[in-house]
Order: sequence, then C-alpha cells, then structure tokens
Amino acid sequence: MSWFDAARERTARDILARYPKPRSAVIPLLHLAQEQEGWVTPAAMAEIAELTGTTPAEVLGTGSFYEMFKFHPVGTHLVNVCTNVSCQLLGGEELLHHVESTLGVKAGGTTDDGVFTVEDVECVAACTEAPCFTVNYRYFHRADAGTFDEVVADIRAGRSPIERGAAGDAGDLPVHGTLGRVRQQVPDDRRAGVVPPEQVEGAPSWMATMSPAASPSVSPDGADAGEGAS
Amino acid sequence: MTGAYVPHAAGYVDNGGPKVVSSRFVHEDSYTLERSLATGGYEGLRAALARPPADVHAEVRDATLLGRGGAGFPAGVKWGFCPEGVWPRYLVVNGDESEPGTYKDRLLMERDPHQLIEGCLITCYALGLSQCFLYVRGEMALGQERIAAALNEAYAAGYVGRNVLGTDFSVDVTLHWGAGAYIVGEETALIESLEGNRGMPRLKPPYFPAAIGLYGQPTIVNNVETLANVPWILANGAEAYKRMGSETSPGTRLFAVSGHVKRPGVYEVEQGVTTFRDLFYGDGFCQGIRDGHELKMFIPGGGSAPWFFAEHLDLPLEAKEVGAAGSMLGSGAIVVMDETTDAVKACHRMVRFFARESCGKCSPCREGTSWEEKILARILDGHGRPSDIDLLLDVGDNISPGPYPVASHPDEGLDAVPFPPRQTTICPLGPSSVAPITSTIRRFRHEFEAKITRGDGIPVSAAPSGGEAGS
Repeated sequence: MSWFDAARERTARDILARYPKPRSAVIPLLHLAQEQEGWVTPAAMAEIAELTGTTPAEVLGTGSFYEMFKFHPVGTHLVNVCTNVSCQLLGGEELLHHVESTLGVKAGGTTDDGVFTVEDVECVAACTEAPCFTVNYRYFHRADAGTFDEVVADIRAGRSPIERGAAGDAGDLPVHGTLGRVRQQVPDDRRAGVVPPEQVEGAPSWMATMSPAASPSVSPDGADAGEGAS
Repeated sequence: MTGAYVPHAAGYVDNGGPKVVSSRFVHEDSYTLERSLATGGYEGLRAALARPPADVHAEVRDATLLGRGGAGFPAGVKWGFCPEGVWPRYLVVNGDESEPGTYKDRLLMERDPHQLIEGCLITCYALGLSQCFLYVRGEMALGQERIAAALNEAYAAGYVGRNVLGTDFSVDVTLHWGAGAYIVGEETALIESLEGNRGMPRLKPPYFPAAIGLYGQPTIVNNVETLANVPWILANGAEAYKRMGSETSPGTRLFAVSGHVKRPGVYEVEQGVTTFRDLFYGDGFCQGIRDGHELKMFIPGGGSAPWFFAEHLDLPLEAKEVGAAGSMLGSGAIVVMDETTDAVKACHRMVRFFARESCGKCSPCREGTSWEEKILARILDGHGRPSDIDLLLDVGDNISPGPYPVASHPDEGLDAVPFPPRQTTICPLGPSSVAPITSTIRRFRHEFEAKITRGDGIPVSAAPSGGEAGS
C-alpha cells in the first residue's frame, strides 16, 4: 500500500521511469509528497526511500539541503518577499516589514489560522520588476503595500488574486505544495528509451546512420558492443 | 525607435535591435508549438538533421557562442571536451537562474520553451548524447508548466523522443525541478542535485563535467540562454551570427537592468557595440537614472561581479573589455544604484546572500561568509569597531587570497586585489562574497568609517584591549 494516493502513485512511477537511476527521482518525489500533504512528512520520506532504493535518512539528508522543502506544517499560502539588492533598492525591505506587521508574524512564521507563512527570500529572478513577492511561487511584480493588502483580502475571501489585475503571471493560486500543474507526460510509443548508464554499449545507434561521412571524432559503430560498457 | 514594454513578457522591452533569442516574445502565445512553427521554430533542428553530427558541432564552434551563464566559456569548445569512445553522454541544461540581479532564463523558459527544447535537441544530435535533463529552478512554477506543456506538444508532434522528425535520431528530454538552492547553478553541484544528493560542488579536477559528470559519464552542462542561441545558429549559419556583435563576443545577449533607472527591463543587445552609458541613458534602453538623481555605482554582471562606477560607463558590453577593467559581465545582470544608496547596506545585503547560500562544504566559505555578514551587520547596527574594515579584508583574504591593504601588505591598495579572484575553496561562491566588500571599501571607505565612528570621532565601540576585534 503506497503512501501516495492512487493518482500520485502513478505519477511517481512515471517520474521514476524518466531517470536512468532511481535516486535521481528523490527531489521530484519530495515535491510530489509536498503537493499531497503541504509538507514532507516522515512517512513520505520512508515511501520515497523505498521507491528510490535509498534510506529515509538519505532522503532527509538530500531534502533538508533545499529551501523549498518543509519538514513541518506551513501555511496554505507561502508568501516569499524578495529583499535581495534589486528589490532592496526599490523598497523590498519596507514591503517585508509591511507583510510582517499586516500578518502579525515575523519572516519564518505562520499565522495562527494556518493560512499564511512569510519568508524573507533571496533573488527570485524578477529583478527588473522589483520589488517583487511570490505567493506559492506565483509572481506579483512591481508590488507595494497596497498590492499585498489586495492579495491578502482576495485570499481570505476565497478569490483568485489575478482576477483583480495583480501584476505578473500569478494565475489561479494553488495551495502550498503544488508547483507546476502541468506535468511532462510521454506516451510509451514516443519514448526514446531510458537505459541505466552501465547497460549502454557504445554510441547511440543513430550516430552511424545519420552520419554518412562520419568524422574520426565520432565513434565508428553504434552496434559496437565494447566501448563504454562497464 | 524608443521601444516599449511587452505586456505579457514582464519586463521585456522590444527595443528594435537585432533579435536572436527574444524574437517571439512579442507574440502573446509565443510558448505554443503553433506559434513557434509559424515563426521558424524547429527550422534549426531540420537544418541540423540534414547534416552529419560532427558538422553541426563545427557550426556552433565556428560561431564562437560564449556561455551565457556567467563564466563565458565558448560552448563549442566545451562540447569538444567529451572523451572519445566513452558512452553514454548526457546533456544537463542549467535553468537554475538565481544570481542576484539575473532575470533572463526565466523569460526564455516561460516565453519560448520550444526554442530551448530545439537547442537541446540540436546539441544532443551534434554530440551523440543519450538523454537531456532540463533542470528548472524550483521556484519557477510557470516556467515548469510552460516547458512541460511544450515538451508534451513536441513529443506528440514528433519533434522529441523516438525517431525525431521521422529520422533515426532519438532522444528523450526530461524536465527536472530544482528545489531552491543558489549553489546548484554551479555545474558540478547541479549534477549532484540531479543525482538526488545535496547540491554541493565536486572537487576539481576534472574541471569540466564533460570528462566525468552525471553518473560518472561525460556530461555537457549549458545555460538556458546559451542553448536558446543554438537554433538560430543552425538555421542561419555561424557566419551570419558573427556579423552581429564584436569579433571576440559575437551575437547578442539578454541584459536585465534593474535598480534606479527610469525604465528597468530586459534588453536584447548586440555584444560589444553598446556601452553601459548607452544602456543606462539611451532612449531605446533605460532612459537615464530616475529623475533628480545621479549614478553612484553599478553591478555589471550579477552578485558575484566587482562593482563599477561612473568612470566605467563607456566600456562596451563585451566580456573581454569588462574583464580587463576588473569585473565581469557574468550572467547579464546589471544593478544600477543612485546616490541615495547606502553603500554599506547594499554591500551587507549582497554578502548576506552568499552567507545564506554557502553550501557548507569548504571551511573558508562556510565560516568566512557568515563572519563577513556578522561584521557588516554590526557596523550597520551601530556596533562597528575601528578595526572592522581591516578585519573584513582579512577574512576576505582567507577566502580569496589578496594582496589586501591590511597589516601584512600595508602599501597595497585595493586596486591590487586580483580578478578573477583566487580561491581557497572548491567553487567561486565564497570568493564572490569578497567582491562587494572590496568594491565598496575601495570607493566608499568613508561611509564605513562614518558608521563606525560618531561625528565627533569617538568610536561607537572600542576594540577589546590587546586583542583582535571580532574574536
């Protein structure tokens, strides 16, 4: 019985099938777990370890390096305010102070109702659109205190902020944990094929057939079973 | 022509110049396969597949396509570092854009994912690569969605996967999400992350993962913008590409200009032709410093670059010349600061970034960056000590050996600080933290001193007697 729900278990299998080695799926599966629960639970890490042939400690070891993974419950709406230099120059720190005083929590904290978590974050690649904040990784560009107040009012009223004309590409806001809502899906008959590196023998077979005047730097024969095999 | 913002591509200004990578941004549906195909999409791939792989590699090498991620290494040369006869080989696309001030790869991924996918396919074809991993920064949800949708379309239409465009060429392109770590932009850390580990850089040598990379196999790591140039080169030829830009830096680059300018934005600019002055003051570009203010300093190439001042304005946007002047164009991130900017505060914010993002593998960086941050924080908080300026330089010296104008080299000015920085660390993150410190102390030492001493010259806080400050 998988820890993942039925649909996500299929997604997990899909993700695993994309990598030559299962351990590469640790980070994508941590995202998937966070999508299901809003944070990464110990049970999720045990499941991911099982799926990727690692241990729960290794999964925690990898996951705890990355800022986006939360190992305790956070708000349904993660507000990340950029205060790095481009935003700082145009009021990012003042915006953060406004966010903190409006919600009544310091950066790193979660509101009592479990709706908002605030973070003081590094550059989010919207520097020309400073100051900038994101909610669940959806951008609000050229923001000020008023922008933030409107977004909060919308979220509390169950409306989607973008409908009120917020700048940026926020779209409909999912709850925390949901990242990209479109996933890569490769039909079996379109897959080129993922092979563990130790089972690869020689250059890809198309190298020879696509290369009538093969140059010396190209391995002579794709069917050659010697080179590169372990 | 003064150009204008393109509303659906936040921050992008269509300035009427030659376009290699941003040509589709003006179309609202630029991220769809339909729009891509209607505007020459996948023509570069078709041209490539009609030629032997080695020819395609030669075309890119001839174009002198310099890497756009920061180091500026020629992509065609890097591609040649794969050891012969070792298979499989992989392509890893570095879409972990997080250098402070940098905003271009996110636009390229959100606005024209097919162009990037096409660049990946051509690269895989040229080098016989078995699989491509497209590593997108974790925080870029829209970028992930746009690339996933584009890959799904491209797979269904036969552009990616088994038998690309009906030929024998087959390759899978796999979208991978990061999870928030600046250091993962370092190519060996990127590979560690892709293998499911903490994103810590690997010990060098080998200097290039082309020798030993993903799963110990030859691996090419290229930046998003670098690969976005490849389709144009194959569709139009290296000669046409070299007609743009300068001899040493052909083609165009995306520059994100942020901070105190009237029209901050992302501009596609011919390399070596435009100067910083043109970019900051030109009518078609940023249109000057905000009203009533003047330039104090600017960062020419992302958080890791030493800062520039008014006397550098006439340098062209070209890697060699900027390098010779003691800084770098890096990732095309330009941050402009006017005279209202507190140099110590800006310096502290940049150093805080490196202290937070240090992966902790090398002691000089792990310990040094947080020391620098703490010293700068106490200066800002009014607890600075007279010896703190020297102490900052001394800590910097341990991460990136000088000479610095401290006790051991009292006669050396800050101009003697070497660039590119020397390293006591595996990767350049720690040494990069020294750049904002030396840049600001060199020019604005009085601002540090003013915060350390009160107006009457009495130090805010005396050093403990007989000992080093900060111990």
